[in-house]
Amino acid sequence: MNREDFPMLKNDLIYFDNGATTLKPQCVINEITNYYENYSANAHRGDYDISRKVDELYEKTRDDVKEFINANKREEIIFTKGTTESMNMIIFGFMKNYLQKDDEVLITKTEHASNVLPWYTLEKEIGIKVKFIPLEDYEVTIDNVKKSINNKTKVISLAWVTNTIGDLRPIKEITKVAHDNNILMVVDGAQSVPHFKTDVLDTDIDFLAFSAHKMLGPTGVGVLYGKKDYLEQMLPLNYGGGMNSFFESDKSLEYKPLPYRLEAGTMNISGILGFRKALSYLNKIGMDKITNYEHELKDYLVKRLREIDNIEVYNENTKSGIVLFNIKNIFSEDTSQFLNHYHVCVRAGNHCAKMVKDELIIKNTCRISLYFYNTKEEIDKFINIMKGNKDIFKVII
Amino acid sequence: MDSNLRREIIVDNYQNPTNKKTIDDKEFITASTISDSCIDNITLFVKFKDNVIEDIYFDGEACAITTSATSIMIKKLIGKTIDEAEELMNNYYNMIDEKEYSEEELGELNAYNEIYKQPNRKKCAIFPFETLKKAIEKYKMHN
Repeated sequence: MNREDFPMLKNDLIYFDNGATTLKPQCVINEITNYYENYSANAHRGDYDISRKVDELYEKTRDDVKEFINANKREEIIFTKGTTESMNMIIFGFMKNYLQKDDEVLITKTEHASNVLPWYTLEKEIGIKVKFIPLEDYEVTIDNVKKSINNKTKVISLAWVTNTIGDLRPIKEITKVAHDNNILMVVDGAQSVPHFKTDVLDTDIDFLAFSAHKMLGPTGVGVLYGKKDYLEQMLPLNYGGGMNSFFESDKSLEYKPLPYRLEAGTMNISGILGFRKALSYLNKIGMDKITNYEHELKDYLVKRLREIDNIEVYNENTKSGIVLFNIKNIFSEDTSQFLNHYHVCVRAGNHCAKMVKDELIIKNTCRISLYFYNTKEEIDKFINIMKGNKDIFKVII
Repeated sequence: MDSNLRREIIVDNYQNPTNKKTIDDKEFITASTISDSCIDNITLFVKFKDNVIEDIYFDGEACAITTSATSIMIKKLIGKTIDEAEELMNNYYNMIDEKEYSEEELGELNAYNEIYKQPNRKKCAIFPFETLKKAIEKYKMHN
């Protein structure tokens, strides 16, 4: 749906790599250009009209994000560079002081690097223990969460939807278990927020991280959501302009209140204003409609892939627009090169979640990640190309 | 090189690679490379004696280009001195980088003489050689 709004789709291209980044609608591109052409000033600085306009739009975006994920307060929305930076702020700005030696953090082996490496680093720095919730059929079950908890467990940190298997975790139920045991719940929303309605109040999660560019917005913009009490305790990772109220030569100083204390330096203003347009665009279509359509597309894709004898699909039943597959006995990168020849963009590899190989047996796969502008016609074209995969070496060599 | 012959060489070496198995023997020096794009991953097991490459095995998961280039490299370099191997490598890199090179010396490695047309696959063609360089360096450090 809405394909006419995406300039990239005018190219001869089947774009199936939306888990990596999404295409941008014209309204987002126009807004970025509009900022640079008509009111290119800094935010929170201005005593003149165009700067005030930037302020207004910047803060309006914060309100829109708050609405989009149903947060309580606008101070709970912090702009960042992306999910990775948001996760690092949660882990090094908050958890580093909140956690003590021997406290335990639960993650899984299918997490993205940005929900693994900061924890590993903190383990080395302050002696926490990172442990893995065992998976069943690649998925997190409430039972296994309960079994993994002990009196040292202080944090559970999970992707809402993984970028590899595409499995949807029961975050609300896990959060309930966590809170019953005085455990904080951190959620990586990079692959979930773009695809279904997010409600931080209803789920009661403590922190959420996500990226604008995976939901039609510009690159270099992300969001950190945290409950206000926790954000109040979070130390900035960056100090400088925009986040202080005053500082003197006698070293006295005062930082600004939330959210500004955590947004030092000039932010990606054009990106944040563009993100506002992306949010209103998604709202206009409706998140529920997007979710349902993506599930319909995935079911159709899986059904059609079954028509081809030598294709293996690894995650038929997961509830997302992600499909992992291989051509039997063909290395995933060779398959992606084969598809690239026909201008079909898919990802090959282990998708930045290198421990997946422990769970999935197959190390490397091709990944299709769908979005609402993909169509059944594109899937049909893709299937026709895949039916010719016997000639793969004629095409790629 | 004729494109059918090229394909035949590459596919044959990919599907029936030379010396593909893990070696657990202290006489062999091990060197690994994992590609930046986090896909290809090979380990070489190289036995040197008096500056001669006596034997090479490899293991890992990699694409058709990397696997076949590793297989051909192994066939070409077993029995060569380190100096000879380095000379052959220079020659091969010159071909990959579209510089002047001697076609005669490269034999089956000429199958990659048009890899420059697919810039994102160049890294696959030099992958085994980058790994071998590490093994040679390790050998030189200890001898």
